[in-house]
This record gives sequence, structure tokens and C-alpha cells, in this order.
Amino acid sequence: MHQKTVAEVSAALHAGEISSRELTDALLHRIEQFDPGLNSLITVTAEQARAAADAADARLRSGEAGPLTGVPLIHKDIFCTDGVATTCGSRMLESFQAPYDATVVRRLADAGAVMLGKANMDEFAMGSSNETSYFGPVRNPWDLDAVPGGSSGGSAAAVAARLAPAATGTDTGGSIRQPAALSGICGLKPTYGRVSRYGMVAFASSLDQAGPFARTAEDLALLLGGMAGLDERDSTSVDHVVPDYSESLNRSIKGLRIGVPREFFGEGLDADVRSRVEAALQVLEGEGAELVEVQLPNMELALPAYYVIAPAEASSNLARYDGVRFGHRCAQPQDLEDLYKRSRAEGFGDEVQRRILVGTYALSAGYYDAYYRKAQQVRRLVSEDFRQALEQVDVLAGPTSPTPAFGLGERADDPVQMYLSDIYTLGVNLAGLPGLSVPAGFSRGRPVGLQLIGGYFDEARLLNVGHKYQQVTDWHKQVPEGFE
Amino acid sequence: MAIEAEEVQQIAHLARIRIDEEAVSGYARDLNGILEFVEQMGSVDTDGVEPMAHPWDAVQRLRPDEVTEPNRRDHYQSGAPAVEAGLYLVPRVVE
Repeated sequence: MHQKTVAEVSAALHAGEISSRELTDALLHRIEQFDPGLNSLITVTAEQARAAADAADARLRSGEAGPLTGVPLIHKDIFCTDGVATTCGSRMLESFQAPYDATVVRRLADAGAVMLGKANMDEFAMGSSNETSYFGPVRNPWDLDAVPGGSSGGSAAAVAARLAPAATGTDTGGSIRQPAALSGICGLKPTYGRVSRYGMVAFASSLDQAGPFARTAEDLALLLGGMAGLDERDSTSVDHVVPDYSESLNRSIKGLRIGVPREFFGEGLDADVRSRVEAALQVLEGEGAELVEVQLPNMELALPAYYVIAPAEASSNLARYDGVRFGHRCAQPQDLEDLYKRSRAEGFGDEVQRRILVGTYALSAGYYDAYYRKAQQVRRLVSEDFRQALEQVDVLAGPTSPTPAFGLGERADDPVQMYLSDIYTLGVNLAGLPGLSVPAGFSRGRPVGLQLIGGYFDEARLLNVGHKYQQVTDWHKQVPEGFE
Repeated sequence: MAIEAEEVQQIAHLARIRIDEEAVSGYARDLNGILEFVEQMGSVDTDGVEPMAHPWDAVQRLRPDEVTEPNRRDHYQSGAPAVEAGLYLVPRVVE
């Protein structure tokens, strides 16, 4: 039962072959059995899950069910959930209960999806390995000595370990696609503005975007349909028609033009990752797609620009954690300044503090032009590169991350080494484009991901290409040993 | 533009984060590492390039100025560290 995809679960629920309650109980049992070894969840919401499953079963019986009714899933602990802890992986929010639901949580709940729990993550989504979480690192189901990627590492590991058929995540610089790749599952970062950010704890507001994890592109289509659309509560959400993403999955990709950016295959790319991704491109060519070499000349500047813009926005967003209105407060503050400074020193971990300091510096008087303004100018150049490339082709394709999953602790001491893990993903966030990662093989037992990048609001096409690829490959059907 | 130890403390003050003296050199090293790497941006000429703040260059969507939310102060304050009579409590700021 736990091996079923969202589409298979949905079909079984509608056919009355299983009930949502049975499925929910089975997965809760599986979480109890396997999660202690993975640490993919921060909170398990067993009681609420059973109640939601019973309600979904009633809906299924009354014939008012949609494709997600009764489908169990896990939310990244960055999404606010009314009455359930929302920690964002931080001591700062260890005992925080949001007074409202995020729009993503609300929409999926309204569609009848059943929340099993809240997933572990890098603190405030700042990290690429899930090692910055206050609640401890997450292990990769494919290799327990390896990281699952980050920042949505718990979501990715849980879906890979078959603790749930789907999960939500957020992607500011690669935090959905990179863990999807490193954990051997699918992850979609939608176009900026496609999914509401309301109730999603803010990291870098001009880059943050929510999206789904699952084992197939077909499942992502169902999930995105339940998440996307205008939200009056998020002024950056876009009023753009939400298509039926499932409808176009099987469209032929004969004649599709796939741009292969030369810069995605340069120095720093692991040889195994290169050969798996090249093999994947050949598979797409075999399906009738045409490969075209394209260039993104400013690509290598995306990383430095990102590491100015994201910390700058974070330093501003995280100013709200002041020990006064909610979150951690230090004991016996001497005065107001002491209250602020010690609450923040105690509540934030090292990487979060580092990024706040970098961002504060970049925005401070005298340095603004050299760092922040410069980074925003580079952002436009990177974005223009993508625009020009996507004028020549329909989608872009390349590796999701330059290496397979690295070992726990291997990069923890060097922030810049860690940042390199997102070198192929964060340009997409700077431009605001959608990106998809699908499993494309293994290197020494650790998964490799193929990244597909589309034009604005072209998620349907990415899912179409991903689905066609998965029709003729079986990487996504492999199960990590011990999680059968 | 290397950051010195006292500058780390100044930045930490702006960010309202207390940093212990023994941690300052570590932060200085990390920040300098990040800034050195960020300075790669200097290799490209951006004269005349309009800064990009948002993927759409969009402006804030406006809505009618109407009250749409009910008053839920008590609910929102239920997670606060210290409140009294609907007010947030902080250490005395005026003697």
C-alpha cells in the first residue's frame, strides 16, 4: 500500500479498494517504524490525520471527492498550521503554534488531503543538506550516511522512504529540486507567483516559492493543481489561469526543442552525474525531442548574486523575531536591547546568524551599491540569459545538482562549499522560472536528478516532458533498500 | 573589503544579535570567505543595467481599503512570551 503513487492511491480510494483511514493508519505505523532512523519529521499529527481521513472517507462515499481526497501527505514545517507546531527547523520557533493555516495547507486540506505530519528542514530553509536544523540532521534513505539535500530534506526523505506518497516543500535557491535529486524523487519549483506564499515562513521574499514532491511527474501534476492559483492574501501571487496539469501529460514530445546549456556541464560537475544526465538527454532524444546547445553566459554569477540577495532579504524578514511578539525569548533580559540580542543569539543557529550578518552588511550604509544593487543588476543579466535561451528552445535541461548526495558532516564546516550544491538551481529562482527535477539514475548507490527548466507558467510542459521520460525509464520505481 | 573583528561586532549590533568575543574571529573568517566569493560579481560590467527586484518587475496589487479581518488579538497574542491587558511586555524602557 505504501508503494502506491498519489495517482494509484487516488484510484484505489475512488474504487473503494481501500479507505483513507486504512491507508493513513498504515503510513502512521510506517512512520513510527522508520522515522526514528531518518528523522524526517519534526511533528507527527496522528490524531488530526485520522480525523481528516475519516472525513475524506465520508466524502468519498458521498461522491463529492476530488483527486486528492483522502491522499496522505506531509507538509514542510515552514508552512503555518493552525493549532499544530510550526518550527521552521529553528529553536526560535520551537514552541510556536501558528494562529492560522498557510494557503497551501488550507487548499490541500479543502481538497481532502490528509496531513500526516510536519517535515524536518534546514533552519529557516537556509541550507542545502538539512544539517542546519535545530531538530537534527535527516538521513538519506538511499544511504544513511549521506544527507538528503536541503532545505526541504525531511520532505524529500519521507517521500523516498515511502512514509507518504507526497509532500510539500519550498524552493528559494533549489530547496525543492536539489533534495528531490539527492533523494531520488520528483520535485517541482513552480513559477514565482504561481503558488501563494501566505503563511509560508518568509526567507527571501522575491525568490521563495512553494511546490510539491512525489515519486512521479504525474503525481506532481495532481498536487500542483491543488496548490496553484491567485490568493488575495499574497500580493505577489499571480492571477493566471490554472490549467489541468494532468491533461497534457501524455502529449508527444516529438519535435520538442530542448536547450542544453553549455555552462551546466562545465568544471565542478561530477563525472557520474554528467554521464547519467547525458544518458537521460539521449532518452528524450529517442522520444523525438531535438537537443540544441544554448548558452547562459552569466550563469556563474548567479551564485554570488544569490548569496547577496537572499541574505539581504532574510536579514530584513528575520527582523521580526525579536523575542517580544512570538518565538523564543531569553531569560531575565537586562533591558530591551539585551532582550533582542540574546533572544536572537539563542534562538538562531550558526548558519542563520551568518546569513543575517551578511545581509545586514550588504544593506548597510556605504555598501549597498557595491553588494545589493550590484547583485540586483547581475540578477537581471542572469534572467536575460534565460529569456534569450528560452526564445530558441521550449525547455532547458541539465543536471539538478553537480554531485550526488554528499556525506553527513562532509561540507558542514565550509559555507561556500555547501553553496556550490545549488549552482544549477538558483539561477532559476533569480529569474522566477519553473524547474523540475526527476530521477535519472544512480552514482555509487546515490541518486542523480535531471533538471528541466521552462518558461514562465510552463509547468504543464515540464510535467509533460518529465512524465514522458518516466514512461520509458524506471529510476523512479527503484526503492531504497530496507524501505520496500 | 576585508571585515575586521570590531566591524563584526558593529554588524551584529545592527542585526541585534549578541556575539561572544571568542566567536568573533570565526564569524570574521566566514564573512570574509563569503564576501570574497561574492566579489566575483565585480568581473561583469553592469553599467546602465536596471536592478531587478522582482521576477515580473511587478508593483503591489491594490485592493479596496475595507476591513476584512475580524479582531483576533487574544488569539494572536496567545503565543507571545509576555502580555498583559492586550499589551506586549518588555523590560522597562523609560525610567
